[in-house]
Amino acid sequence: MKHIAPRNLKARFATDWLDGRGEAEATADDPGPHYPSGCTTIFSPGWEVDSTGGTAALCQPMERDLYDCYKTCYWPAQVPDYLNNSPDWHKNCASATQDWREIDLVFP
Amino acid sequence: MNVSQGPTLVEATQMHRFRGGDRRFAFLVPSSMIFELDRTSERVLDRLADGPRAPGEIVGNDAEQDALRELASVGAVARQGAPLIPIGGLQEVDGPPPVRTVVLNITNSCNLACRYCYEYGDDRIAEAEVPMAMTEEVARQSVDRLLADSGEAKDLQVTFFGGETLLNWRVIRPTVEYAREQVERVGKRVDFSLTTNATLLTREISKWLADNEIGVTISVDGPREFQDSMRVYGNGMGSYDVIAPRIRQFLEVQKRPVGARVTVTSKNLDVPRIFEHLIGLGFYEVGFAPVTSSPDQDYALGEDGFDDLLDQFRDLADDYVEAAADGRYLGFSNLSDLLGEIHEGVSKAYPCGAGLGLVGVAPGGEVGLCHRFAGSGDHDLGHVATGIDDAKRAEHLEKAHIDARTDCSQCWVRSLCSGGCYHEAQVRYGDRFKPNLHYCDWIRDWTALGLSAYGRILDRNPQFLTRFEGMLRAAQPTP
Repeated sequence: MKHIAPRNLKARFATDWLDGRGEAEATADDPGPHYPSGCTTIFSPGWEVDSTGGTAALCQPMERDLYDCYKTCYWPAQVPDYLNNSPDWHKNCASATQDWREIDLVFP
Repeated sequence: MNVSQGPTLVEATQMHRFRGGDRRFAFLVPSSMIFELDRTSERVLDRLADGPRAPGEIVGNDAEQDALRELASVGAVARQGAPLIPIGGLQEVDGPPPVRTVVLNITNSCNLACRYCYEYGDDRIAEAEVPMAMTEEVARQSVDRLLADSGEAKDLQVTFFGGETLLNWRVIRPTVEYAREQVERVGKRVDFSLTTNATLLTREISKWLADNEIGVTISVDGPREFQDSMRVYGNGMGSYDVIAPRIRQFLEVQKRPVGARVTVTSKNLDVPRIFEHLIGLGFYEVGFAPVTSSPDQDYALGEDGFDDLLDQFRDLADDYVEAAADGRYLGFSNLSDLLGEIHEGVSKAYPCGAGLGLVGVAPGGEVGLCHRFAGSGDHDLGHVATGIDDAKRAEHLEKAHIDARTDCSQCWVRSLCSGGCYHEAQVRYGDRFKPNLHYCDWIRDWTALGLSAYGRILDRNPQFLTRFEGMLRAAQPTP
């Protein structure tokens, strides 16, 4: 690396690993396939294929759909109006895959 | 099928940038890696400051292209919306880990009646009817429990805590001997530590603590006027004149460095004076802890008090950096602890060791998350005689995980803070799983201060930082 230099132990560990040196174990997972986390366009209702042509990471499970309709591409039919009226609607849902039951109904 | 694909945008991932002299650094979140930037990589990051851009807009030549690639390889830059690449991710645990540390509340009695004490004051959460002193038998059972639950862990820790620990001196000595025997039998090692208010440090006890290499922390609030305003006997008499000579003669015979631990309240908010006084008494290090209290106590720090405290810490950190540049150590232990974590690149899933590798034991043998919870019925994790309830421990760990704390999810210091002290949250919010939101801004400023000190030391004497390597302390309980 020429333009950035690791300075603390964690950074040295990771760069050793990236350079194929050292005894670093694989704590750094291979980035692997790109999982889309946002719709490709504002008006897309979901995905039919992802950017690599795959289907594995499409709108299932539902929580991916839910969070992608919030913020990354706001989809008013499915998520509360987080900009104005319900900024905290997902407050009890730290991790959608685990906590989706915690999301409450929002009444206008 | 109609997938329209805009141009791929790239964005800078969450980071905190800081300087040391003329050098520029980036602290990456949540990996806690620190990289020094050159002008080229800095320029690339600057162009991403206002949000995602197309790669073509941020690189204009081959060098910048290389810099972008390097930044991407360590996760400092990513495709917009891409999931976080878990390079050096959180310290995860798979089920309740081995117990390495027991903190024995060997007595709930104290010969002082410090006005802010969570053991006695208004903020106590443990129930009153628990026995006041631990018996030798319960202490032995605690050692047995530690050994039984320590799994593969080789280095174990027994900490004596109170109340005033030395009021139960007759239990400490046989327990140390017993633990040494038992631990040796199974080829492990044990280290001991103890916290005391110094009022009962006789020559004999001082010598025994030195000979047995017990790590000692002394709770003391500084010069006479501060010590005597809060750390008083039941009749209101101050304790400074009792402890000062005892501390002096105690420090003369110790082999291990001894730290002082100061509780900062609105009544003694003068860090430089306290620091100078205690280092003058012969302490190796001084650590400051803002008082845990409900906000309505008259000694509570309040928002202005916390701001003052940070300013005073900033000045002391400047002195620390100057000393480090000369290769000297200034014993400001709060900053040393933070620098140690920064240097290591710690990324925590939990704020502390409570319930992870550390448990507290009440005088009656009830096991709690830590010494501050031991003996409070609602938070019990079992009993040393019958075992630790791993299901309860697992439940705690699940709820306390940083990923379960929505409030922390966007915070750039979450990998170092992880939500803060469970006991403080319990006192403040009645819920130990709630992040300590009342001091988030303070913790962010304090962490930024630590990174700034780290950067300046990197610039002036990077060799100094090797002192932190491999010595990241095993969860030392804070009194």
